[in-house]
Amino acid sequence: MASTGIRDRVAIVGMGCTAFGEHWDKGVSDLLIESSTAAMTSAGVTREDIDAYWLGTMGSGTSGLTLSRALRLDNKPVTRLENFCATGSEALRNACYAVASGAYDMAMAIGVEKLKDSGFSGLVPTPVPGDGTGSDLTAPAAFSLLAPAYARRYGVDDAELKDVLARIASKNHHNGARNPRAQFRKEVSRETVCAAPLVAGALGVFDCSGVSDGSAAAIVVRAEDAHRYTDKPIYVKGLSFVAGPATGTSDPAYDYTTFPEVVASARDAYRQAGVTDPRRELALAEVHDCFTPTELVLMEDLGFADRGFGWKEVLAGTYELGGDLPVNPDGGLKAFGHPIGASGLRMMFECWLQLRHEAPPERRIASVDAGRTLALTHNLGGRPGECVSFVSVVGSEPSA
Amino acid sequence: MASSVGITGYGAYVPYWRLTRAAVAAALGTGGGKGTRAVASYDEDTTTLGVEAARVALRGRADEPGTLYFSTTDPAYADKSNATVVHAALRLGRDVLAVDFGGAVRSGIGALLAAAGAAAGGAAGLVVLADTRTGLPGGQDETAGGDAASALLLGRDTPGAPVLAELLAQASATAEFLDRWRVPGASASRVWEERFGEQAYLPLAHEAFAAALKDADLTPDQLDRVIVAGTHARAVRAFAARCGARRDALAPDLTDALGNPGTAQAGLLLADALDRAEPGQTIALVVLADGATATVWRATDALPAGRPAVGVADQVAAGNDTLPYASFLTWKGFLDREPPRRPDPAAPAAPPSLRSAAWKFGFVASKCTACGDVQLPPGRVCKKCAAVDEATPVALADTPAKIATFTVDRLAYTPSPPLVGVVVDFDGGGRTDCELTDSAGDVAIGQRVEMTFRRVVTAGNGIHNYFWKARPVRFTKER
Repeated sequence: MASTGIRDRVAIVGMGCTAFGEHWDKGVSDLLIESSTAAMTSAGVTREDIDAYWLGTMGSGTSGLTLSRALRLDNKPVTRLENFCATGSEALRNACYAVASGAYDMAMAIGVEKLKDSGFSGLVPTPVPGDGTGSDLTAPAAFSLLAPAYARRYGVDDAELKDVLARIASKNHHNGARNPRAQFRKEVSRETVCAAPLVAGALGVFDCSGVSDGSAAAIVVRAEDAHRYTDKPIYVKGLSFVAGPATGTSDPAYDYTTFPEVVASARDAYRQAGVTDPRRELALAEVHDCFTPTELVLMEDLGFADRGFGWKEVLAGTYELGGDLPVNPDGGLKAFGHPIGASGLRMMFECWLQLRHEAPPERRIASVDAGRTLALTHNLGGRPGECVSFVSVVGSEPSA
Repeated sequence: MASSVGITGYGAYVPYWRLTRAAVAAALGTGGGKGTRAVASYDEDTTTLGVEAARVALRGRADEPGTLYFSTTDPAYADKSNATVVHAALRLGRDVLAVDFGGAVRSGIGALLAAAGAAAGGAAGLVVLADTRTGLPGGQDETAGGDAASALLLGRDTPGAPVLAELLAQASATAEFLDRWRVPGASASRVWEERFGEQAYLPLAHEAFAAALKDADLTPDQLDRVIVAGTHARAVRAFAARCGARRDALAPDLTDALGNPGTAQAGLLLADALDRAEPGQTIALVVLADGATATVWRATDALPAGRPAVGVADQVAAGNDTLPYASFLTWKGFLDREPPRRPDPAAPAAPPSLRSAAWKFGFVASKCTACGDVQLPPGRVCKKCAAVDEATPVALADTPAKIATFTVDRLAYTPSPPLVGVVVDFDGGGRTDCELTDSAGDVAIGQRVEMTFRRVVTAGNGIHNYFWKARPVRFTKER
């Protein structure tokens, strides 16, 4: 038994992504119509061409009717799914597998979330009837546990770590300022990041991703059909998703400096894609920077830095727009915003633009121009110790 | 009347927080006074106070009471029993009768005598007395009241559970008159003019006291310790002065430091007296509450070895008097503060709460018989070796732990922000994350903590969510 993957068997031939932000004037249907229309236009297809849909949303709708009603689809299969913050990526993974199986010729993966309609600060958990003994910690508090754990394990002092985290926030805001679709489009200095009011632990407001509304969509076909729709398809090289055993919060051996789920899913995705040295093979990575220490730990879990050296790479500028391996060139969750169901597909949208040389000049990355053709997207859902993780590798060239 | 029953175990619980009475005057320009009063934290109520007192009394004991009587004037629930919550938190057997006494301060001594009566018949009983007392801001009851709990085990003298203080005699006098009263649901009590109450109480107290002493074949001056309890401070003082006891026999009433914890006071002061008494000494307890009841006790040779690990004086000394008056008012429900922009906390649902009662109320985890791994919450599949249904229950409520890591959550919903979340490792294995309570703000990795039963929150539908939190270890003395 093995996770063999579907390397180069399907390709993305069209994508759409709304601006992320506070869309007081748009409902869930509006966002779905906007991103799906953009994706169809991009691929030059109409909804009659699409055989099946996978809709990812955590809490902005239930059942496939959320999409079929919005688009007035004519009795097409629509699967609504949810998998925490990997929801959008899960829509893509399932659509890809459906096409690869031969069951459908063309599928759409679409994600949407309207977080701002709740009126609350931060993310709001979906209430499931329970015994009331679960953790009351909010997401920033749970992820804030990473920072002191990392600092202790690798001998980084608190002030230095704060600077490292501020650089991550500042980098992503720098990138977001160059992205017209991003929720936050102003550069933010390290000083501003450090001076922000505290939310949890050492994390301030600028260490947290944006709460926003948005939608993104992708159209997937078999690789051999891809050139019917575009000259520059993006081939799916590997798709990995894992749900961890959720034992970290009750395991004294877990030290909050890694996400074993991410390590496992990255290993699986790299094997499917034939990637052996991600740091040098990838042109860019879109990772789940829900909070700044998450991005730091991910650099090591995804193999972009040796254990204990991620913070030095951050300080060296490795992951900046002009760096060796640009991470979150579109601004990431931090600056682009994080409408849960849409985020995974939003990440893929940046890969789509960058690998096709369609990113605007102000955030073009040198690695693509230098000939790298692979990109990675990553989502993490849950919290340290109990989470799900998704990793994809896509590329602009089919394997030789 | 010589009795073969008595106290076989006891304990008291004084919450960590104190309000300085001067803080009231500083804020309102009125009220106040000297000293401090004990304050139940925002996550405590009479049920949780009672659980903590009973845990002190039961700690390290192998025997189990046959009955549990829980008494308070400030019950967390009406219609629904609170004694069953205490019963569940103490992990008592299903065949243990757990019932509520309540309403009036007088019900406390009533519960004690009922348990003594049952004990004489052979049924060992646990009496848990708990109260949270306050009054309108600036008023006498606000500063004179206190929050605390006490627990007494009554039983026959047996080798496994020897009597620590034998009940020599008891007598009561009952009369109907208006001293203090409160309509159910009202936030404060009302009292009649105090000189009237003094006149009503004194003859009743003398009557009960004389009858009990006669039964015990003692004279007032022979008593080694005399405790006078009651919420009518003037009558209590007057009776203590005129009862005939030696001056040096009068027990301190702890009101300067703690205030008067109503229903719990009699048990609290008796526990304090037992903490200090020597074998053979006699103790009279006179309770003035809508009548008077006098009981006479004699400490036995078993007392020194049967004392709880944590005494009343230890807890009086360990209080933290930095509580701001605004926090006190908020916790007592007199200051309606702006909530965080977060959803109201969800109520625990009844069926899952029943299914996981051992965990939720008793903090019972699981231990894998195949590999020994301890798992919190308990699970049917071992997280380490994946054995299915090979786990045995393991009670961790009394197991100390150490903080592995922590964070301060300024976004979470809590009546007392910010919430401090800790990850704790239990001695002997097992980890969980939970809330840290009763912290003086000095949380640190490696800090020793112990578990405490708390009311996490009350949901909009009135359901109290009880569960366990960690608190810093403040008493290291072992029994």
